[in-house]
Amino acid sequence: MAKKTPKPEELSKVDYRRPRKGWMDIPVEFKEGMFCNGTRPGYLETVGMPNPRKWAPKDEDWKLPENWKEIVLNGMQERLEKYRSFRLFMDICVRCGACADKCQFYLGTGDPKNMPVLRAELMRSVYRRYFTTSGKIMGKYAGGRELTLDVLKEWWYYFYQCSECRRCSVFCPYGIDQAEITMIGREILNLLGLNTDWIAGPVANCYMNGNHLGLEPHTVKSNIEFMVDDIEEITGIKVEPTFNREGAEILFVAPSGDLFGDPGTFTAMGYMMLFHEIGLDYTWSTYASEGGNFGSFTSMEMGKRLNYKLYAEAKRLGVKWILGGECGHMWRVVNQYMDTWNGPADFLKVPVSPITGTRFENAASTKMVHIAEFTADLIKNGKLKLDPSRNDHLRVTFHDSCNPARGMGILDEPRYILKNVLNHFYEMPEETIREKTFCCGSGAGLNASENMELRMRGGFPRANAVKYVHQHHGVNMLANICAIDRAALPPLMNYWVPGVDVAGVHELVANAMVMKGEKERTQDLRLEDLPEKEGAENV
Amino acid sequence: MGALFSFVVVILLILLAYVGVAAVGMQSFFGIVIPYVAVLVFLVGVVYRVIKWGKSPVPFAITTTGGQQKSLEWIKQAKLDNPSSSTGVVGRMALEILLFRSLFRNTKSELRDGRLAYGSGKWLWLAAMAFHWSFLIVLLRHVRLFETPVPSFVNLLESLDGFLQIGAPRLFLTGVILLLAVTYLLLRRFYVRQVRYISLAADYFPLFLIIAVASTGILMRYFFKVDIVSVKELTMGLVSFNPTVPAGVGAIFYVHVFLVSTLFAYFPFSKLMHAGGIYLSPTRNLANDSRAVRHVNPWDYPVKVHTYDEYEDEFREKMIKAGIPVEHYPAPSPEELEKEFGDKDAGVPAGKEE
Ligand code: SF4
Ligand code: SF4
Repeated sequence: MAKKTPKPEELSKVDYRRPRKGWMDIPVEFKEGMFCNGTRPGYLETVGMPNPRKWAPKDEDWKLPENWKEIVLNGMQERLEKYRSFRLFMDICVRCGACADKCQFYLGTGDPKNMPVLRAELMRSVYRRYFTTSGKIMGKYAGGRELTLDVLKEWWYYFYQCSECRRCSVFCPYGIDQAEITMIGREILNLLGLNTDWIAGPVANCYMNGNHLGLEPHTVKSNIEFMVDDIEEITGIKVEPTFNREGAEILFVAPSGDLFGDPGTFTAMGYMMLFHEIGLDYTWSTYASEGGNFGSFTSMEMGKRLNYKLYAEAKRLGVKWILGGECGHMWRVVNQYMDTWNGPADFLKVPVSPITGTRFENAASTKMVHIAEFTADLIKNGKLKLDPSRNDHLRVTFHDSCNPARGMGILDEPRYILKNVLNHFYEMPEETIREKTFCCGSGAGLNASENMELRMRGGFPRANAVKYVHQHHGVNMLANICAIDRAALPPLMNYWVPGVDVAGVHELVANAMVMKGEKERTQDLRLEDLPEKEGAENV
Repeated sequence: MGALFSFVVVILLILLAYVGVAAVGMQSFFGIVIPYVAVLVFLVGVVYRVIKWGKSPVPFAITTTGGQQKSLEWIKQAKLDNPSSSTGVVGRMALEILLFRSLFRNTKSELRDGRLAYGSGKWLWLAAMAFHWSFLIVLLRHVRLFETPVPSFVNLLESLDGFLQIGAPRLFLTGVILLLAVTYLLLRRFYVRQVRYISLAADYFPLFLIIAVASTGILMRYFFKVDIVSVKELTMGLVSFNPTVPAGVGAIFYVHVFLVSTLFAYFPFSKLMHAGGIYLSPTRNLANDSRAVRHVNPWDYPVKVHTYDEYEDEFREKMIKAGIPVEHYPAPSPEELEKEFGDKDAGVPAGKEE
């Protein structure tokens, strides 16, 4: 069992002093609570990834193939030739340090190897030693370093302490993106079967069953039907979702986290209430029942293999376009990878909102629209009847999830929605939102339980900013558009800022939405009593 | 260790040139051969490096978005921080290259009583701007030595640069700013703990080298007052490929030239290539339009997938039982058909939805 996470008072005393020894001379130490379990063989076998075996990160012997070094170096070589980003980022860093204190994992741990620049140097030093002339000749004097088992272990430890959030990339004068280096680093580690259990499991589940949680088709359906019952209890309206329905106009894909466990399920209820209210002709799919993509935390190839289902299912069902739910890394994938991987989606139509007639030119090629774009357009066009006072018990702030913020730029759509569905909205300090947002500390597959201390530390800067608005404005609800946030932020808030709850944007939309024919609402989507109305007339 | 090592190397370079010229009389080696070789190495090296980068493709559109995307018409897009068109990209790149946009965002975090605070961190930006721009102007001023008549922009630059009108020869501000800025950049490597921890010899070396270049240049101009006419004779000889070594040019000049040559030759093989690399950086030079226009991966290859048919084969029964439509309903056994229709030739079983 993992050790107990220290108390917040202790954790917040981060030691940023410079270690006396140079970083190359400090061997990696696997600290309890700071890393995930190694993947069990079954998961790798399911998807046919190399070197399945039982292993644990703390083991001396990682049971690597004899020629592991060759595999790693060849893996690097191959990727240097395939990715300009990788080659360039290995070459042009000037170690100015602008990125150093921008990483939440550095801010939360004080471990210099969590500075983005040093995380990159872990690999760059090996690059210099084996792939540059000066490094080959001058070795250490040119900043080169032998690739040893310790170095490999260090890569593993620190590439799984990076949430691929891209915050460093925003501040780097050359746009050097440690997320990109981490992704390539993990891809190389995966050549040796060195994934974490928490990532490899969802990957295998998603590959076989269509979603990370491994929900089988009937369970997807029954989970959703539970929500249908709750919706009926709250509103008196029976929404009627369909599954795998051919000929629907729109395929709706959400992160599977929304189908399982609150507060994600409240968000999913929100989607369905919205779709019902506007009479959207849409279908769920049990096969493409995952928008998220833990494959993208594994390798580009695995990402593509999992993402394949979306277009394949859209084609099979003959829908016109795809609507995507609230999920962070899913949207990085949709925005920056999906069309390249599995397009062109020429069998789909350029998305047009059937309610407002708005044509989503920005999605003309992928044919996939973000639900926040979709809903913002509905509200702007006056298609929803909203009673923001139903959210009056909430004082809300918005957490920009890393991927939608820095790999897409969906910043104002959710804010517009929120400001229309509730009356008390407060921004966190400027340096901690929008493109400068901090990670929840659990992104890119770090949301396991055995690494809880890492998550609390990585989430420290985010929590700190929430605490600020909690204390200054009485904020008690942290809204977001990400399923990992909905799973990861509640424990983070409990730990650092008790008294702040977490909700998806569409939960708050559905709270405020006055549905045709609904009974008078006395409960919000959480089946909690709505605040007493103060006699005054309601909109 | 890296700092000391680099410092010693630069001192050795200075001594090498000084001894070579003053004691051994290798003026033509340091004044002609070395500059030619250095420029050649620079050109070939830079081209080689850029081609090498260019050869690696950009398989994915991985723009780092620094502001609001282009989506609905009425939502204001951050056209420069999150460009969706090539004009936007050009603007973004211009801001990065000319004004160091991203560095301008820099903040400094501080932890006080369990609270993180973010202060302004613009000194690095200021020093970087001062350093790069003054370096550029100093470089352009040197064109005076390579063209006759001196181009008018150089005269203009010089009159601006020397507007303070102090001293003879007139004091050029950029030279001083350059030296101050580069000294700041060096000092922060010593005194900012994070930067100190990450610094390598390869970070100190160019700083010491540039300090030495600038210092020798300043010494030469204001203190040793080298004979500028002879210097120009030499430099003109170099560019006209008719090199000569005029008499009476002090050793300090050769030291300066040798250090500059070292900088040029070192450039393509070092982090100094960031100057070229920034143009190619895929997180900055791509438009965030990958949902509107398909980005093609040149090395894309087919992958193994789990098809719908395989999925249905595995879950068909459960799907049917849950009332989820499937593509292929199992063929009923003859007994089942008989039971239902009393006729084993009956067609589609009940429950198949269109
Ligand atoms: S900001 Fe960029 S150039 Fe500076 S140290 Fe970080 S990665 Fe290197
Ligand atoms: S991508 Fe995010 S988590 Fe990773 S090094 Fe950069 S700032 Fe840190």
